[in-house]
Formats: sequence, structure tokens, C-alpha cells
Amino acid sequence: MEAREQEFLTYVQEGGQVETDDWLPDEYRAKLIKFIEMHGNSELMGVLPEREWILRAPTLQRKLALTAKVQDEVGHSQLIYRVVEDLGKPREQCLDDLISGKSKFHNVFHYPTKTWGDVGVIAWLVDAAAIISQKALLKCSYAPYARIMKKICWEESFHILHGRDVVLTMMLGIDEQRELVQEALNRWWGPLMQFHGNPIPRDKDPMYVWRIKSQGNEEARQQFLDGYVPQIWELGLTVPDPKLRKRDDGVWEYTEPDWDELKHVVTGHGPKTAERLELRRTTREETAWVRRAVLAEAA
Amino acid sequence: MGAARGAGRSGVIYEVFRQERKGQAFAHAGSVEAPNEEFAEAYAREQYGRRGESTALWIAPREALHEIEDFVDELGRNYHRVDGYPLKEKLGRARERAEAARAR
Repeated sequence: MEAREQEFLTYVQEGGQVETDDWLPDEYRAKLIKFIEMHGNSELMGVLPEREWILRAPTLQRKLALTAKVQDEVGHSQLIYRVVEDLGKPREQCLDDLISGKSKFHNVFHYPTKTWGDVGVIAWLVDAAAIISQKALLKCSYAPYARIMKKICWEESFHILHGRDVVLTMMLGIDEQRELVQEALNRWWGPLMQFHGNPIPRDKDPMYVWRIKSQGNEEARQQFLDGYVPQIWELGLTVPDPKLRKRDDGVWEYTEPDWDELKHVVTGHGPKTAERLELRRTTREETAWVRRAVLAEAA
Repeated sequence: MGAARGAGRSGVIYEVFRQERKGQAFAHAGSVEAPNEEFAEAYAREQYGRRGESTALWIAPREALHEIEDFVDELGRNYHRVDGYPLKEKLGRARERAEAARAR
């Protein structure tokens, strides 16, 4: 590592932040693009499972709330791709790479949503897991990304409320509704435990070394368990992991998540990966005329 | 801020500044890419104002902004800053002098 790069590394490790115009080591820029692009992809792909439920949501209020959430998440992807563009990768190329499978998106967005219970569990617990990762980006060494995360975290907090309200409403309903929530929790628990990634020590994680994120994977997972398992239990739901318990020293023990499944899913082999990417591809083609019209009108 | 990088860009980058409450300073919020000012306004409203989180927005083409980030004080002009007036030590001496004068 050359002296300038070492100096940069020391600077970010001491909490320093950099701007777009500053000199950035090539490796740092490449890691930033990969990380932020995957985040943008995830926001964009994350709306697809929820979009499927807009017309099937039980009340007008829920349809509107879900529509607003979908709009928020797509908005996040717009904000995030803008950050990637300033780092040197155009949005069109991000979309090309997403659709061709060259770039990735989060594991939880590769799965089907079977019932309205899934919608509640996604908005509550998947968003809760996501907001834990996202809060750890508020201190990101790349300042433009950190700033945009402030706005994103603020909007995500509404989504958790929406999800919690959906779940609470069902838990106060009839037995069949409570079963829908429990079944959804059973389906989502595996992917949720995989969500924060393998427990690589943070000093070995390049994203931590460059201070792109400010906590390790296992720290994030522990924070999720600590915050949400008690909330799940208090509703009378069962977490589908017989080994799950909080030790006296405050650390949560759990069954080892299925890391092979995680790898398989995020490399494009999830149960809904192909279908959802195909939808992205056709939608992009179908709306190409809008973009052309906008540019023609502006010209 | 940063020069516009990346090939295949179709629009202009507009920087967005937002004011959270009347009377407060505008702060940089982010940027939007748009083919013209009309679209930039629509995008900025949608991304930074739709939840009532802003009382006003400013949008300006990135190219129009001029950034200054070096502030060299060649002449050491500290007379227009707080650190140019170390009064504590002088005040102590003045008090001592007044005390001594009263004692005489």
C-alpha cells in the first residue's frame, strides 16, 4: 500500500469523512460503488414483493400505506443511485448489471410472499433488520452517502410502524389471522438470520476496514435479536429456533444460519430471482418511451 | 460537490438545498439528475418535500456552484476574531493594579 493510501486509511479509521471531490484510493472507490450499488438495487427490488400486495391489501388505508411505502423505497433507490453516479458508475449501467445478474441485491428480496402475514412480517422485521444496517451507515466515511442515509432512516421508521400495525391488527383478530403471522414468521426467520451476513470479524471485513460501515455483521445481528425477539415473544408468537436464548452475559445464542442458502440465493438462485429480474427487464423496456419523451421535450 | 463523472449522462445534476422550518438556514440535502429545471423541480419536490419535511427548497445546477475550501490567513489577522483578544491575563493585571491603588 502506498503512503498516500495508508494515510487515507488512517484518516477514515480515525472517523474522518471524505467528499466526492477528494482523492479516493481506487480500491476504496470500487468497494464503495459495490456496496452502495447493492443497496440501491435492494431498494429497487425490495418493492416487488410488496407491490404484489397493493391490490390485495385488506382495506383502502392499507392499500394507500403500502403504495406510499413502495414509493418511498423506489425514491431511496433514486437517491442511492445518484450517489453511485457521482462515484463514476452511471445509473443505466447499474440497471444493466442488476438485470443481467452481474450485481447483487439483498437475500430477503428473492423470496415469495404467500399471504398478507408476509407483508406484515416484511414491513416490520425485514425493515427492522435493514434499519439496523442502515443506522450503521450514518457514520460512513463517504459523507454524501452518510447524509442521504439520514433521510432514508427517517422514512424507514414509518415503515416499521406500518408493519408493526399490520402485525398487531392481525394478532388482535381471529385464530386464522394469528396463524398467518406465525406461518409468515416461520418462513422469514431463516432469511432474517442470514440477512446481516456471516459472522466475519469486523477487522477482516473490508467494508469495515474502510469504514464504509461502522459495525460488524454479528454485532448487527445481535442488535436485531436484542431489539426484536422480546417484541415477537410478547405477542405470543414463537421464534422457530429451539436453540434461541439470551445468555447471562447478554449474548444471543442461535442455530447457525444456513450460509449455503444465503450464498445460493444472492448469487441469483432464489425462488423468485428470475421472475423478479424479468419483471424489471420488461418494465424497463416498456417505459423506455417515457424516458425518451422526457429527454426529447427537454431538448 | 464534484465534477460530473460518468459517460452516458442525459441530464444535468442539480443540487438541492432544503429549509426545514421558516427562519432556519437552508442546508444541502442531496442532488437530482434532470433534463431541465422543470423536471428538476418536480424531482426535488418528490424526493425532498412530499412529506412536509421542508418549508422551501433551492435547486441550482451543480455547475453554477462555486466552491471555496481554502482559507489562508497570510497576515495573521486575528483582530477580527475572538482569539485576537486574550483579555483574561490583562484583566487580572488591571484588577491587581486597581487593588494596589486603593490600598495606597
